[in-house]
Amino acid sequence: MKYFSLIWSALFRSKTRTFLTLLSVIAAFLLFGLLDSVRVAFNSGGSVAGADRLVVASRLSITQMLPYSLTPQIAATPGVKKSAYAAWFGGIYRDPKNFFPNFSVSENYFELYPEFVIKPEELKAWQTERTGAMVGESLAKRNGWKIGDTIPLQATIFPQKDGSNAWPLKMSGTFKLNDSKRKGEENQLVFHWKYFDEANQYTNGMVGWYIVKLDNVDHATRVAKAIDAISQNSDHETKSQTEQAFQQSFAKQFADIGLIVTAIMAAVFFTLLLLTGNTMSQAVRDRIPELAVLKTLGFTNGTVLTLVLVESVLLIVLGGVIGMGLAAVIIPVLSAASGGLLNLPNIPVETWTLGLSLMLAIGIVVGALPALRAMRLKIVDALAGR
Amino acid sequence: MKKKWLWNALSILFLVIGLVVWIILPWYGVAAVAVALGLWLMLTRTGRLALAAARIGIASLPQRWGASSVIIVGIAGVVGVLVAMLAMGEGFSATLQQTGSDDTAIILRGGSQAETNSVIMRNQVPLIGTLPGIRKDAAGKPILSPELSQVVNLPTASSGEDANAQFRGVSEAAWAIRPQIKIIEGRKFNVGVRELVVGQGAKGQYRGLEIGKQVKLGNQSWTVVGVFASGDAHDSELWTDIETLASAYDRRAYQSVTAGVNGKAGFTELKNAMASDPRLKLDVSTTRDYYTKQSTGLTKLIKILGTVIGGIMAIGAIFGALNTMYAAVAGRAREIATMRAIGFRGTPVVMAVMLETMLLALLGGLLGGFIAWAVFNGYSVATLGANFSQVVFQFKVSPELLWSGLKWALGIGLIGGLFPALRAARLPVTEALRAA
Repeated sequence: MKYFSLIWSALFRSKTRTFLTLLSVIAAFLLFGLLDSVRVAFNSGGSVAGADRLVVASRLSITQMLPYSLTPQIAATPGVKKSAYAAWFGGIYRDPKNFFPNFSVSENYFELYPEFVIKPEELKAWQTERTGAMVGESLAKRNGWKIGDTIPLQATIFPQKDGSNAWPLKMSGTFKLNDSKRKGEENQLVFHWKYFDEANQYTNGMVGWYIVKLDNVDHATRVAKAIDAISQNSDHETKSQTEQAFQQSFAKQFADIGLIVTAIMAAVFFTLLLLTGNTMSQAVRDRIPELAVLKTLGFTNGTVLTLVLVESVLLIVLGGVIGMGLAAVIIPVLSAASGGLLNLPNIPVETWTLGLSLMLAIGIVVGALPALRAMRLKIVDALAGR
Repeated sequence: MKKKWLWNALSILFLVIGLVVWIILPWYGVAAVAVALGLWLMLTRTGRLALAAARIGIASLPQRWGASSVIIVGIAGVVGVLVAMLAMGEGFSATLQQTGSDDTAIILRGGSQAETNSVIMRNQVPLIGTLPGIRKDAAGKPILSPELSQVVNLPTASSGEDANAQFRGVSEAAWAIRPQIKIIEGRKFNVGVRELVVGQGAKGQYRGLEIGKQVKLGNQSWTVVGVFASGDAHDSELWTDIETLASAYDRRAYQSVTAGVNGKAGFTELKNAMASDPRLKLDVSTTRDYYTKQSTGLTKLIKILGTVIGGIMAIGAIFGALNTMYAAVAGRAREIATMRAIGFRGTPVVMAVMLETMLLALLGGLLGGFIAWAVFNGYSVATLGANFSQVVFQFKVSPELLWSGLKWALGIGLIGGLFPALRAARLPVTEALRAA
């Protein structure tokens, strides 16, 4: 620690070079922070909160619906605390570009999602209003909807009994999520399954999926098996999995984000290695006489080696932390600007740890050769400029 | 001191203008710039001096390989990632755009946007057949194929996890409507038995779709009897006879009707006729429009992402190039000062450093483009398309993409070289000669 000021002034001996290198390092880790957060978000399926909930959907295909008559059997399965159901509606508001998830749900749906914050009087109003809808706060804000407004949702799959695509819904209240990582879930609208079931032309007594709250998270596999056994060999076989696994399997079908991120970051870090390696070897080459003076003053070989190594690690960590800090600032701005469409979590701990270990590793790798060279300097030769 | 500030501000301004022009410049514009530069280098005195100065710099490049490779590799990284990302978007949109054509139309229930959402009643099909604009076959029957598409779960070849595949039921006319589809292995399915043919993309994407194998779909066993190739989005699908599919899934209505139309005029005729018939609350669009619309969202997203990622990497590469070129100028300070002392003026010195950087940038761009092409061209991936099912597509590294990659490379070289070049031109001659 006592040599810190020495290392610091060595680092900024050539200001231009250090600043330019730092900026490159910052750019690399800014990209790393952004991309790795995306990867973590995709692979963890959004949240850990869904671990004690199962999603029961058709085994045959995502578009296949399940009979409502499964409800009592699922509720009676040992290990099930509560169950609810929902059905995809897929309506659009004005223009298909304004896409947001919307589906019909059972009346007790929100009991399974205690993390959705709702004012009790609004929940009550919704439960008594046949065409009532609950809207996520961000979604309501973006479209300027207020409580009591009629939302003219247009059906794309399920027309009304008279063939019309208009499904006017009355906004009864809003829900919000306090967890900033899950703000994206405020971008949805739900209304009554009962209304949906009675009024639509095609389906009767069918739900899209069941949600099951478990007594005990550890029993997830056992309960899932028991539920799937109910409908085995029927034409509506089910597949039960944790909410997390369900979201993950969906995300994975979009793209292999992990592979893309790894490929890009490999290209970036390879370049970075070369770039900083070049900077460090230049820095040592320029300073040969000075290093020789240090050695003359009595600095041991080991100390000189450490000095150069620490300098290179410091350079990378400094740039890396600034870069990832920038990413941490940019991510919420990006999420906010996209109006909930793009929902990135803050940089997760996992990314910070990975980032910091990468910084250390890169710092040591690029510092190693110049540091060895500095260590092996012969004082006489170096001072004579040979 | 003040003058230097003014100069720097001015050069940054020029740089910004130059970059904007550079980005929007079409290929013949670039060619004109290149020719003008070549002529200037060959014909004018300053040009020849610049060329001579550049030659000295380039000749000493091998001595500085370590440092110079920072520019080449840095720029190759930017161009490689950029081209690969854009090639993904291009491949996806090309696959979907090829799927459609202007002389076939797809008819869906009004407001349904995608096949998965649509329902067409059986009694509507003969009505549709009577509408004007639809092509007739030799026997005078309208060419149209009512179709059903069912999303089914199939295990992927790579991980064995379930993914959504599209299982399409077609009628006989479907083959005539889509002449690009050819059976490349086995035979077509027979009507009335549970047989299916698979697209070549689907065959690679999912497990157990080899000819002769049994697949379990919708609780029934189906035999794979053939493989077809279409070179478009249908490659990701499984096809069978529509009535067989309808009975297996207990579907009493159809989902879409695809019809051959008599060109653009025929389509307009059909569209007007449909709008004026109150019995048909249907939407009709050409299949080209329909499939192009499905690709725009994702293509745009990939393009934005690719440009942002490439942009951040480019910023990093610019600083790397600046660093290298500053070091190169500093390392050759004596040489440059000597040249200035014997009469080389500012312009040739600036041009010499710029030419050297641009050469390195060009090498980097070529290397990056080549790697992207060699690794990713034709690389096959899948994503979820508009019908909740997987679309298999190939990366497409087109010449246009390689060209824009090169433009990025030269742009980075331009910024990375300009400031070091200006410093070289402003080097105080006496001091530089005395130093070292």
